[in-house]
Amino acid sequence: MDEIFGIPTPLLFGQLLLGLINGAFYAMLSLGLAVIFGLLNIINFTHGAQFMMGAFVAWMLLNYLGIGYWWALILSPLLVGLTGVILERTMICQLYKMDHLYGMLLTFGLSLIIEGVFRNEYGSSGMPYRIPADLAGAWDLGFMFMPVYRGWVVVFALFACISTWLVIEKTRLGAYLRAATENAPLVQAFGVNVPRMITLTYGAGVALAALAGVLAAPIYSVNPQMGTNLIIVVFAVVVIGGMGSILGSVLTGFGLGIIEGLTKVFYPEASATVIFIIMVIVLLARPAGLFGRA
Amino acid sequence: MTTTRRNVMAGAAAGGAALGGLPWRSARAQAANTIRIGVLNDMSGPYRDISGPYGLECTRQAVQEFGNRGFNVEIINADHQNRPDVGVNIARQWYDQGVDMIIDVPTSSVGLAVANIAREKNKVCVNTGSATSDLTGPACTPNTVHWMYDTYMLAKSTGGAMVRAGGDSWFFITADYAFGHALERDTANFVRNAGGRVVGQVRYPFPATSDFSSFLVQAQASRAKVIGMANAGADTINTVKQAAEFGITRRGVKLAALLMFLPDVHALGLQTAQGLILTESFYWDLNDRTRAISERLRPRLRDVRPNMASIANYSGALHYLKAIADMGVAASKASGAEVVARMKAIPCDDDAFGAGSIRADGRKLCPSYLFEVKAPSESRGPYDYYKLLQTTPANEAFRPMNEGNCPLVRA
Repeated sequence: MDEIFGIPTPLLFGQLLLGLINGAFYAMLSLGLAVIFGLLNIINFTHGAQFMMGAFVAWMLLNYLGIGYWWALILSPLLVGLTGVILERTMICQLYKMDHLYGMLLTFGLSLIIEGVFRNEYGSSGMPYRIPADLAGAWDLGFMFMPVYRGWVVVFALFACISTWLVIEKTRLGAYLRAATENAPLVQAFGVNVPRMITLTYGAGVALAALAGVLAAPIYSVNPQMGTNLIIVVFAVVVIGGMGSILGSVLTGFGLGIIEGLTKVFYPEASATVIFIIMVIVLLARPAGLFGRA
Repeated sequence: MTTTRRNVMAGAAAGGAALGGLPWRSARAQAANTIRIGVLNDMSGPYRDISGPYGLECTRQAVQEFGNRGFNVEIINADHQNRPDVGVNIARQWYDQGVDMIIDVPTSSVGLAVANIAREKNKVCVNTGSATSDLTGPACTPNTVHWMYDTYMLAKSTGGAMVRAGGDSWFFITADYAFGHALERDTANFVRNAGGRVVGQVRYPFPATSDFSSFLVQAQASRAKVIGMANAGADTINTVKQAAEFGITRRGVKLAALLMFLPDVHALGLQTAQGLILTESFYWDLNDRTRAISERLRPRLRDVRPNMASIANYSGALHYLKAIADMGVAASKASGAEVVARMKAIPCDDDAFGAGSIRADGRKLCPSYLFEVKAPSESRGPYDYYKLLQTTPANEAFRPMNEGNCPLVRA
């Protein structure tokens, strides 16, 4: 069969693949959000700005210090994660006993400030960041021309998601984390330093956002509003997957990437809306999200 | 003298007495003798670097160079966030509070809406930022002047050149709002009239799209020879960047950057942008006059070179102020339409665009220049990016007035 719903099959395969790649970004970002929400009970609206910071730090490392992509992949998440740790220690930790609204206001306000500072310094058109030489070029898959770098993004994002999931589900540290989510005072009574664990979890969630930022730098224009465009979709992904559900956010991220990719072929005008339509349907049918526990 | 509370109190009392003693009418006379210009543009979104703070500084430069000719000029500024509702609210509020002219207004949907408010309030709008050719077509008003580029001029210059070079089948990637639609429509007309075909198009949501790979792959599957990018700013940058990534241009497909500015090329870097064909009506390194004005603007723009959109604010504001000086402040405050009529009657001349004029439908006429982006080896440094390929003279660059369906012309 050459056509499915009037679309040539090779084109459709190509779109599925591209959807998967975008899904990889959604998955990595929503994973960080889910981890933070699961333990801190804070909806981290700064996530988009931290994603952008990851990309900018990679650009700065290259342009100010001559440090290339591979080191940036390690250094940028560490540096941005460190800013996350400072943020948590100085500001966010004051809010745990307050209403969700305060956490939202603080993190949203911070994201506006961070984006404003970057915009003031670097403008809005963005900075050039080239694909590393080792990953340049493309494969001819027959049905489409597949850039090596995009393939790398999917593989690396899957690796990052699976390792995060393994750490949380299969290690002792992960068991502490999950226990602290359920009952923090009890875990603390057993001698586990819960506040430090919370701080490091926030730092790790932020580092995941920054890692996604470094991955995005060679594909998208490195500009201050790059996170804003993505983060609204990512919030929808987290809500659809079920707030705080790690596996849910990863699977939903990839799934919605594919659905969005298909919408771009069948009715591109709706490609920004389709995820929210799904969100409405899911919330009506399962208010806790696809993988969430009510 | 040491400062004590008593001294401060005495000083404040004396100051208060002095202020209170001023006749209140002089403050009103001051306002009556002040022309207020509102710079309304995108200060924080995808179009910020094209004009935004730079457009504001260019307007200030115009006021400074114009000097004091018996009236004061005040400039205010706001961010319309590319949203028509926000733009309309600010414009209405400004005009009600005594703003005489609004300048810049990028984003065609906002530009069209603000032009309507200017007409309703009988004030002036000098639109230097929107691209839609409808501003001097069906939506033309006696209160708005459209400075510099529009979709017809871009389509004719860039589109025409691409078709002549053999690009006879087109696929459009279009921002789904007034500007994208107008640019696609005007370019498609040129392509068809020159014997070419449009083999397909996608309209993507603006401004929520940053991944264009899906559309690029669709364009490639259509086997079109030219991909027309009917978008601008950060969207164009992402499209070009991702087209390079997917090897689109290496396979012989040409990219038509239908609206691209100098800061976009700067953001892409010459390595990625080299060879792109684009149209601007200004380039800082075009002649002695453009170099002179760019040099004068340098301290204000923090070493960034102006492009046709930001410097159009300089040119537009300067010409507006000349018209005010010509007809007097009181007469100009009485009717915005009269000011625009005077702007059309007197000739334009400035360092940015040279001599020119404004047509009855509100279109400012100037030549358009077709440029090719230099290769990294040809460039001498930052902002040395363009090679001039072709010049379209002012009287041929824009849509003939009788084809625009502007009610002002038919009347």
